[in-house]
Amino acid sequence: MNRFTWATARTIAEAAAAASTIVADAMTALPETAGPGDGTIVKAGGIDILDLLKENLLVPARVASLRDIPDLDAIVEEADSGCRLGAMATLAGLAAHPLLRQRYPAVTDAAGESASPQIRNLATLGGNLLQRPRCWYFRAAEYRCLRKGGGNCFAIPGENQYHAIFGNRPCAIVHPSTVATALVALGATVDLIDAEGAVRRLSLEDFFLPPERDLQRENDLRPHEILTAINLPPLPTSARMVHLRQGEKDAFDWPLADVAVLLDLSPEGICRSASIVLGAAAPVPHRAKPAENALLGKHIDESTAGAAARAALAGATPLAKNAYKTPLFEALIRRALLKAAAPIVKERG
Amino acid sequence: MASDDKPHAERFPFGIVGAGLGVVTRQLPPDEPPPLAPNADLAVIGRPVPRQNGRAKVTGATRFTVDISLPGMLHGRILRSPLAHAEIHGIDVTAAARHPGTRAVLVVARPDELTGATLRYVGAPVAAVAAVSMVAAAEALRLIRVDYQSLPFVADMDEARNATAPPVFDAASAPAGYASGFPARLNLPLDGNVRGPATDGRGDTAEGFAEADLVVEGEYRTQVQTHCCLEPHAIVADWRADGLTVYMSTQFTAGVRHELAEAFGLPLDRVRVIVDGMGGGFGSKSTLGSYGRIAVALSRQAQAPVRLVLDRQEEQMDSGNRPATWQRLRIGAKRDGSLTAISLVSYGTAGVALGAGVGNVAQALYACPNFAAAQYDVFTNASPGCAMRAPGNAPGAFGLEQAIDELAERLQLDPLTLRDHIDPSPVRREERRIGAERIGWRRRHAPGADPGPIKRGMGVAQSLWGANVQTNSACEVRVMRDGSVEVLSSVQDIGTGIGTVLAQTVAEVLGLHSEAITVRIGDTEFPAGPPSYGSRTTASITPPARAAAWRVLRPLFREAALALNAAAEDMAVRDGRILVRGDSGRSIDFRDAAARLRTDRISAVASRSDDYGGFRWRMADAAQARQDLGGVQFAAVAVDTETGVIRVERVVAVQDCGRPMNPLLIESQVQGGVLMGLSYALFEERILDRHTGRMVNPNLEQYKLAGACDTPAIDVVVLENYQANSATDAYGIAEPANIATAPAIANAVYNAIGLRLRALPMTPAAVLAALGKFPARS
Ligand SMILES: Cc1cc2nc3c(=O)[nH]c(=O)nc-3n(C[C@H](O)[C@H](O)[C@H](O)COP(=O)(O)OP(=O)(O)OC[C@H]3O[C@@H](n4cnc5c(N)ncnc54)[C@H](O)[C@@H]3O)c2cc1C
Ligand code: SF4
Repeated sequence: MNRFTWATARTIAEAAAAASTIVADAMTALPETAGPGDGTIVKAGGIDILDLLKENLLVPARVASLRDIPDLDAIVEEADSGCRLGAMATLAGLAAHPLLRQRYPAVTDAAGESASPQIRNLATLGGNLLQRPRCWYFRAAEYRCLRKGGGNCFAIPGENQYHAIFGNRPCAIVHPSTVATALVALGATVDLIDAEGAVRRLSLEDFFLPPERDLQRENDLRPHEILTAINLPPLPTSARMVHLRQGEKDAFDWPLADVAVLLDLSPEGICRSASIVLGAAAPVPHRAKPAENALLGKHIDESTAGAAARAALAGATPLAKNAYKTPLFEALIRRALLKAAAPIVKERG
Repeated sequence: MASDDKPHAERFPFGIVGAGLGVVTRQLPPDEPPPLAPNADLAVIGRPVPRQNGRAKVTGATRFTVDISLPGMLHGRILRSPLAHAEIHGIDVTAAARHPGTRAVLVVARPDELTGATLRYVGAPVAAVAAVSMVAAAEALRLIRVDYQSLPFVADMDEARNATAPPVFDAASAPAGYASGFPARLNLPLDGNVRGPATDGRGDTAEGFAEADLVVEGEYRTQVQTHCCLEPHAIVADWRADGLTVYMSTQFTAGVRHELAEAFGLPLDRVRVIVDGMGGGFGSKSTLGSYGRIAVALSRQAQAPVRLVLDRQEEQMDSGNRPATWQRLRIGAKRDGSLTAISLVSYGTAGVALGAGVGNVAQALYACPNFAAAQYDVFTNASPGCAMRAPGNAPGAFGLEQAIDELAERLQLDPLTLRDHIDPSPVRREERRIGAERIGWRRRHAPGADPGPIKRGMGVAQSLWGANVQTNSACEVRVMRDGSVEVLSSVQDIGTGIGTVLAQTVAEVLGLHSEAITVRIGDTEFPAGPPSYGSRTTASITPPARAAAWRVLRPLFREAALALNAAAEDMAVRDGRILVRGDSGRSIDFRDAAARLRTDRISAVASRSDDYGGFRWRMADAAQARQDLGGVQFAAVAVDTETGVIRVERVVAVQDCGRPMNPLLIESQVQGGVLMGLSYALFEERILDRHTGRMVNPNLEQYKLAGACDTPAIDVVVLENYQANSATDAYGIAEPANIATAPAIANAVYNAIGLRLRALPMTPAAVLAALGKFPARS
């Protein structure tokens, strides 16, 4: 870890003014020239930043803390009965929020099953969405891979058991955020504010950038922008949602696969709309469109859920060591759909 | 009372409590205390006494080596090879030496030394610095310029066996002896990267297989596991004109003292090694190690104390590991289950070290007249393996115990019935009986019988481990004139609670509470204790502790007898008093007896006597008791056949360690052994990048260790098994408890899904592959 100076931002404007450098940009400098330039990066919970600092992957001149900005962690119900999640809300705070648990259980489940209790107490929603990927080559200073501005991907020909099965060329990271899987499924939007106070609002799905759009950044955050909030849209009372995660271990581990589904079912149990998103599957939260289409107008049962799950995986392009993810995702999608539809199935039965 | 300066016959408790406890008569060597009664008749030994340093540990008061800070102390750091195989053509340390914080620079891999110029694994030490701060040391390291010439390398064991593979060593530079593991042999032939075979045998296997009605055959693989000590390897070296003091997280203070004396040409009395708190070793902290030598050399050069602590990446990449193995087992049997032949071929890799055999379970666990084993070591460009909790037998049992399970099924016998027939050990017979009842073995169903995607199963596996003893283990007991008592030895507490056990042992003899005994250990100023490896600590150090306590008690008995107007032979102890046997009205407080001493203290030093029943073998200061330590473990699992996830729901571990000295401490060691075995079975694996030979998961995030959520209910049962061998009759438990877990889980998985997983770790990917859920790819 290098020496850097520390600043505490008291307002969003102060933070945005300070935030001259995007972490991704700071990490693409050549190793020989890497050194504290004059950039400032921002820090929320610091879980990801600290990991990068310790590995010397990130050598900032200045670090500005967001933790003293008032109310940035607020979780509020909007007039339209949507919900606004402050960027500095912690994963633990999200997981324990009664209103969220009642109205958006996929979000509380995804937050509550991430990482470990200690990490969830510090990790913030904003930092979680903006954290860098966990590809083990990316995380080792010895490998200057494509995502760090080098010429090769080491994972595709190398050790790729935890890598992507969709959209995995030329870089095969999986998006690291578990909450993002649920948020994208719900159609959440993100608010970004610059130093002048201008707000940029875009859908979270569009905010994330796949390698073909940007090989070095996972999202569209720009210098001098602060992510201030995530907005959850209001949902019809008939909406049902589920998030399922499967890791090798039950805590202190990353998902091998996670799935979020949002269904709108008619009183007869017919699927009017479906949103199915896969986490740990692709460089961005992966929208399983073929599966969504397969469900429209259908009752959800073992057979339609299974067919949708197979449709979701039809386009997968697994690497040498991660083909096991295909049946794993199929099982999780099927289970998530059946769980989401369960009460209706019961009423009919 | 018999005189004790001559050998004389005594009657000892003998056998398993609850399964035929009897009596045996043995010759007691001179100056040894009288036979110790079974635990039921004792006051302190055998009681669940909480560990004395438990409070200090949980409140953070314990001082570990990383907490040692000396005036003027410097910080050491090692520069390591980024390449799997390279020759060094030059090292320029001038810029590093000129860094304002630098106080010493050491070139470890010297280009002008024939053997040091070649680096054979990623992480091999190249150079080191000592500087005024950790930041300065890291900065100085970055200023060292090394001219590496990269050489072809091989990191994969199967590839390394090919004749065309790049040689890791040439004949002159290849290690000839063993680093660890079994079978330990010297000077075996070297062919390419393959050293061996180490052979063992009896009878004629060809004949044996010809006689067999049935033969099972299988290939098994185990991965590299790293030790993952919570406390990293750490040393503070303080070189001074009048001698060297080293604070080190070590499993063997006395051994490190010898190594230091030899390496640095110092007399033993000028070398002192100290360890207070320790956070695990598991075999990886058995010796001085290259990092230890580096720290001392830096301290000598800088003329100042140097602290060197490995970071987690260094821990994972170069602090030892359990070698990977491949084994092929063939077992022939008669219809009734009698074994006719066992053959074993194994290849293992400890990277650039030796000792990757699969132990002696196939040879010794079951009665079989014909046996043949050929075990090979394969050199690879990977960091050196070393002993790790039950080296050899842990991977060996993973193969053998699945093969036996398979044999039972083919013979249509219950796995326990088959073992009752072929296992001669009365200890394991009793353990099987107890364990089967606890786990509810009668409810076990046919393989794959559960409907639905989640399938449950039960499995059993057995273990065997030598009952090791270090004969040059010594202990001192002092009684001060105020009646306070100290027990002293260089033996170290690596986390097992041996200090508490020593206090119990001494307290039992003196009729005191264990809290009344002050324990001073982990310092070579005291009589040399045993190493804490090979599960020998308790077996080696508690007998001399009892003998020393018994010897200091005699002068106290003489004083008490004078005071009570009785004969010294009639004295006994109870509850802090010395009393006349059979006349408890006549007694004197232990402290009052001590106050009558003419000196400020009395003291006795005792060393470990030979086992009363004789040893099976002895090599220098190490020896092994005639009986082995047996264990049986049962596992109950749930396998999700759609996600491939295995969850272990319950483990019953029934173990033998001779006389259990402290059931509480034993139970926690067995739980640790089971947890480590479970983690080995399901999660852990060192993964090397095939193109660079570098470990891609050198941390505790991507190297997966079982955690609280993955911990099953663990039911521990410890036998009380008296063998009339020493003043305490106690043996070890640490390694025995780590052997049977992985095969018990594998057998339970088979019982759940009807498919055998023959490779570790048993990940969801492995389960889904076995179930044929995705197309196999190379
Ligand atoms: C062992 C382990 C297991 C884990 N498992 C999981 C898991 O299962 N699922 C999961 O999702 N995560 C997991 N994590 C990751 C963890 O959740 C993230 O590291 C954490 O959420 C990051 O949040 P933070 O607030 O600490 O971010 P920080 O480290 O403070 O920041 C992360 C990045 O975001 C930027 N940033 C932060 N906030 C803002 C803002 N408001 N505006 C602009 N930029 C900002 C920072 O500059 C930085 O680039 C795991 C981590 C570990 C160590
Ligand atoms: S997957 Fe992406 S991050 Fe990982 S090595 Fe390849 S390019 Fe780098």
